[in-house]
Amino acid sequence: MTSLWARVEPLLARVHKPARYIGCEDGAMTPRHAPGKVSWLLAYPDTYEIGLPNQGLQILFEILNDRDDSVAERTYAPWNDLEALMRERGVPLFSVDTHRAAGDFDLLAFGLAAELVYTNVINMIDLAGVPIHAARRDELHPLVVLGGHCAFNPEPLADFVDLVVLGEGEEVVGDITEVVRQWKASGRTPGSRTGLLRELSKVPGVYVPSMYEVEYDGPALRAVTPRYADVPAVVHKRTVADLGQWPYPKHPIAPLTEVVHDRLAVEVFRGCTRGCRFCQAGMITRPVRERPAEQVRTMIQAGLRSTGYDTVSLTSLSTADFSGIEQVARSLNPAGCGTADAVNISLPSLRVDAFTVGLAGEVSGGRRSGLTFAPEAGSWRLRQVINKLVTEEDLYGAVESAFSQGWHRAKLYFLTGLPTEADADTYGIVDLARNCVQIGRRHTNRASVTVSLGGFVPKPHTPFQWFGQNTTAELRRKVQLVRDASQKARGVTVKWHDPAATMAEGIASRGDRRIGAVMERVWRDGGIFQEWSEFFRLARWEDAMAAEGLSIDWYVHRHRDQHEVLPWDHLSAGLHKDFLWLDWQDALAEHGLPDCRWTPCYDCGVCTGYGIEHVVASTTPPAGGSQGTGQDLSRGGDVPVALLSRRPVVTEATP
Amino acid sequence: MKLRIRHTKLGKVRFTSHRDTARHWERGVRKAGLRLAYSSGFTPRPRLSFGLALPTGAESLAEFLDLELAADSGVGESDLDGLRSVLTDALPMGYEVTCIAPREPGSPSLQEDVVQCEWVIALAGVSAPHLDDAVAHLLAAPEVLLERERKGQRSTDDVRPAVIDLSVAPAVDDPRPHLCAMLATNGRGLRPTELVAAMFPALDPVDTAARVLRTRQLIERDGLCQDILPADPVATRAPLGCA
Repeated sequence: MTSLWARVEPLLARVHKPARYIGCEDGAMTPRHAPGKVSWLLAYPDTYEIGLPNQGLQILFEILNDRDDSVAERTYAPWNDLEALMRERGVPLFSVDTHRAAGDFDLLAFGLAAELVYTNVINMIDLAGVPIHAARRDELHPLVVLGGHCAFNPEPLADFVDLVVLGEGEEVVGDITEVVRQWKASGRTPGSRTGLLRELSKVPGVYVPSMYEVEYDGPALRAVTPRYADVPAVVHKRTVADLGQWPYPKHPIAPLTEVVHDRLAVEVFRGCTRGCRFCQAGMITRPVRERPAEQVRTMIQAGLRSTGYDTVSLTSLSTADFSGIEQVARSLNPAGCGTADAVNISLPSLRVDAFTVGLAGEVSGGRRSGLTFAPEAGSWRLRQVINKLVTEEDLYGAVESAFSQGWHRAKLYFLTGLPTEADADTYGIVDLARNCVQIGRRHTNRASVTVSLGGFVPKPHTPFQWFGQNTTAELRRKVQLVRDASQKARGVTVKWHDPAATMAEGIASRGDRRIGAVMERVWRDGGIFQEWSEFFRLARWEDAMAAEGLSIDWYVHRHRDQHEVLPWDHLSAGLHKDFLWLDWQDALAEHGLPDCRWTPCYDCGVCTGYGIEHVVASTTPPAGGSQGTGQDLSRGGDVPVALLSRRPVVTEATP
Repeated sequence: MKLRIRHTKLGKVRFTSHRDTARHWERGVRKAGLRLAYSSGFTPRPRLSFGLALPTGAESLAEFLDLELAADSGVGESDLDGLRSVLTDALPMGYEVTCIAPREPGSPSLQEDVVQCEWVIALAGVSAPHLDDAVAHLLAAPEVLLERERKGQRSTDDVRPAVIDLSVAPAVDDPRPHLCAMLATNGRGLRPTELVAAMFPALDPVDTAARVLRTRQLIERDGLCQDILPADPVATRAPLGCA
């Protein structure tokens, strides 16, 4: 393996943002290669700015470089200006750490966070000089690996990858390394790749698509079955039982150029049992495992000192639910952190209630740009369907608290195209936004609310996996309803996700192996960076589906029935399929389900099946609005805005 | 206390932008545990101000910034020598702090003060005789017209007045011929790649200016040009320089 730097360097003078490709960030460990070691190239199939902050990649980078038997480097999708120069001058995909060719690594492992990057995966494999089809690779090619949330339905990429990792990577990367190391030591003999893959398919959490036979019955899937008796019929995800044993990243990487989320990130817990039915992350990452508050504090202190950041983001799927949140947040002053200046704390994924906003106000260190809440649906009825149990009272309390503490902008996230959504629910979005502005204007004339509308894409391993996604035309109509209704609403701005891109996401989200050929066509037609609107073209996807004789309606817009074989039925996040089906029926009955952390178990299957339990430091539910337990699900309904002003703002936070 | 700092920016880090450099310094001073003075207002900013932007991709032996320490920073003039290595360690690879001095009271900002910069440019695809000819030709020309574009506006300018001096630099462990140029910074100025474009109109300026290094930044005092701050000769492992 040699460095390509001498060939890369002259290209960098000709491209936008060359700092994307140089590596040498603060905190990046120096990879030490040696012939006996298993070398991993960890790839993020989007730009450096988006990929660098990815915590999964940073964690695995460090764990693999800490081991004696492995070494890891990183790579990101080159922007199209550099890609064109690389193809013109025959420079293959390279790592950013020591600028080695991607094809020289033993494993090329992609972390997948979103469906629209699938074509970038194919492009990066090709740019590495590796055959895009797994079946055409031999012993000298890297093993192409997929991980991340999208790996829970990897079928659209099954033809292009050698193995897929389900669940959390901390432990399984070591298991894979061990198998690959033995294979390398045995001489990597011709014809040994299939044997290696079969060996890897026995590692818990590892799915090797080529070891499974897929049978169809017309358009329907009949079965996905292992080809050999020693290959598992169902692959189960990996889960780290105790987050406290994995205090990674120990050396967070501070980039040399601007990235999204340019701040220290410390993960406070994994998993979420709020049970929002549209949310794949909440379903597949169960159970809840909190990091000990003391460890959170030491990771913040060490991270701030080593990176020089002045802002820390406490990450999780719902950080206000962290039972140590107040304890940690209030210790983060300069004395507690050993820093010269004040520390700002950002709390992403704010819970919608006044308590949370009070906390955000205390810890934000004076920055009051905007706050984001996610009520997700416009009416209490629909929020019960999706199990996002936020009452109007919670929302108004939250914005009252925010505007009274100096914020003047709030962003509200909504999904449209949800199951059972009627126009009354859609109009409810504008009513909520208008009422929030009205509350805000009592505190500041600058009060404004941005409504951000996303088209709903049903995801595998959720209760909504059987739901037929709204058509592009229907989503456009709903977006238009919101835009029209908000025209006269002063202070309300509407932003929306392109419904055409939502349709393409739908193809990938619940696609089966036949969608692989569609992905290849889209890629060959130049369809990379599909989540970037300047690169996305709907016709590419429609043409590719038509050329493969596949129906968009069948894949995207069709409701599934209870007994249909789903393309991911042989992959398990631990959730019983009948639990998900019952939850789907509850949804249709407009029946909400409280959080199981503080109520009896609903037997979703995860804790009981894997013999692990929620790790929560506090047995009492968090303070705050109805999203705590003991919530009164009968309330909700309309809360007149005028009434609220005569009520005290929830004051539990301030003794 | 107000300080003026000189530093290098060499190697891969040259592909970061001027704005990135500001980011590196903000994080670097925090890592070094320095307490800076902050601006007042709704969003207080640390008092750091930077000199003339270095083009992305160019290296430098002579970058400058001013910063103001907090009143209670605990740093005195006797600490400045030690601070140099503390800051160097806190900055990304490729940065070396080569001089720290108290800022002259009442001196203009770096942006206003600098009148000329010296550049050493390693040229690819140009022979030594070809370079000699081009230098002589440019120096003899009364006017050098260059078509250039900035912020979407195309214009043709006479760039000869911006070239104060031009020579062939002695080669140090690099077989490529090196051009040494003293360029004015007032008005629109002249970028090193623009100079190369003006000297070698038939060649691609980006490929030709294979390595661009800023070696000095000069200010004018009492009619004489002088370095803003001298670089400590021990600290600077200068790979290149003008004769």
